[in-house]
Amino acid sequence: MTASAAVVAITSVPYNALEWLIEHWSDELREIGAELGIEMLEYTFMHHAFLVGALIAVMAPLIGTFLVHRQLALIGDALAHTAFAGVAVGLFVNATFGTGISPYITAVVVAMIAALAIELISEVTDAYNDVSMAIVLSTGFALGAVLISFNTGGLAVGINQYLFGNLATVSRENVIILVVLFVVVTLVVLLTYKQLLYVTFDETAARVAGLRVPWYNRVMAMLTAMVVVGAMQIMGVILVAAMLVVPVAGAAQFARSFREALLASVILAQIAVLVGITLSYQYETTAGGTIVLVAVAIYIGAVLVGKVQSHQVTAEETRSIPDEEPAD
Amino acid sequence: MTQPQSNVRRDRADHIVDVKDVSFGYTASPVVEDISFTVERGEYVGMIGPNGSGKSTLLRLILGLHEPDEGQVELLGHPARAFAEREKVGYVAQDVTENTKRMPITVAEVVLMGRFPHAGFGRVTSDDRDRARQALRTVGIDHLADRKITQLSGGQRQRAYIARALASEAELLVLDEPTVGVDAESVDAFFDLLTDLNDDGMTILLVEHDIGAVLEHTSRVICLNRELYFDGDPVAFADSDALDRAYGTNVRRDDGVVVS
Repeated sequence: MTASAAVVAITSVPYNALEWLIEHWSDELREIGAELGIEMLEYTFMHHAFLVGALIAVMAPLIGTFLVHRQLALIGDALAHTAFAGVAVGLFVNATFGTGISPYITAVVVAMIAALAIELISEVTDAYNDVSMAIVLSTGFALGAVLISFNTGGLAVGINQYLFGNLATVSRENVIILVVLFVVVTLVVLLTYKQLLYVTFDETAARVAGLRVPWYNRVMAMLTAMVVVGAMQIMGVILVAAMLVVPVAGAAQFARSFREALLASVILAQIAVLVGITLSYQYETTAGGTIVLVAVAIYIGAVLVGKVQSHQVTAEETRSIPDEEPAD
Repeated sequence: MTQPQSNVRRDRADHIVDVKDVSFGYTASPVVEDISFTVERGEYVGMIGPNGSGKSTLLRLILGLHEPDEGQVELLGHPARAFAEREKVGYVAQDVTENTKRMPITVAEVVLMGRFPHAGFGRVTSDDRDRARQALRTVGIDHLADRKITQLSGGQRQRAYIARALASEAELLVLDEPTVGVDAESVDAFFDLLTDLNDDGMTILLVEHDIGAVLEHTSRVICLNRELYFDGDPVAFADSDALDRAYGTNVRRDDGVVVS
């Protein structure tokens, strides 16, 4: 708990309120578990895991929908790897100066700086480019690896937790960090939904309409950084981007409107997280990997549903072949 | 300018587009050079020129997407780069949905985007939805409102983008080769729609590769190839040698350059 001493000093009231809420959530789940005889709901860490999972399954597809439909899925991966550098910075600082800052806090800071850097580079070069994104990705990961190797001994276990995620280590403090990230991300998206949608659909038209496109791109990149760090606790650096992409790709198979796509991707992600966490508890597998496998299975199901659906649509409306159809 | 007189101000406001001595180049060689013209409220202007003549670049300069190397561009009386009053500018590009092919979004959602500049960070109201629906009726595709935009034909999709401009209460409609990839029959209907809108007072600036269509439908022709070659009446253009000079001598005088 010393880790958050600084944070607590500034924001002790909301912090205590959140703590109370999380305890309350825990009690509720424990009761439900006792009543229905669900064994895994006896443990506080599982309460935390389900809460964190549910929040991740809202904000990851929320941001992911905007990213995927701009062909920017890779940015999540790049930021996750730079977030790993942020974790390393946190561990390094703690080991060197004996402080107790949560590595997730430093991860958020570093990832957001990286997000801004990626945006500014793309503004200058006038394109998101695979190569520069790949360079940012590897630089982040390499930096993390090197920083961690400075702290020899005792840290190996800690790294695994960040690389692959871990259900059992989701502390109450980490839950609070995630809740704060969740609130910020959802509020910003609610506030700028229209602008983000316009920019996602047609950047040039959005610029002509007077929207400050670079500004919204920066906002989007920063939100991505927050989501990635938030989801890292369970998913781990390596698999976190999957939560941004897989449910969204699944939803796109059958959704007609953008709102439908958003909603469907959140629902698919919730299913993946709930089933994934339960399975990983039952079979003692790693949570991140299990969740992603469930998500991919759902995606395959969605592809099949989408195929059947589009067959029906084709039959109904005798859909156009581009070069004919007297349309108007 | 000190103390602008009121009639001067109104004069300037009636210039929907004001291009003054504009030059621009991506590299050392200019793409457009020393171009000046104005578009007044209610005009229907067609811009033509051979491939690589800089007509799309000029359009981007007018919309403020590029900064001119020399000269100034004003849109609705504001510098184009200031992006002021942009809800009054509707923009229809070549079929952009090619890039966003798989994005799930309905026609109604796209048209509603025209209301976004009005709504700002506030909520979209039922009045906004009504206006969007009305705009869809005007372009004649309100029965397609709940279709995915990707399921529309090229011609229908361009109508949806025009509806977006109408929903935005645009006073100027800027179209960049809107009929590319649209089948011949729909093209005629599309130009009829533009004529109707112009009759209702919409100012239209159209970049088009089809010279015949421009001569047939617009009330003013601007012909350029890096520099301005002609600016005036379509009939006068057909009689002049501007086309030969701008396009070079061996121009394919295909689809009916003759004005009916």
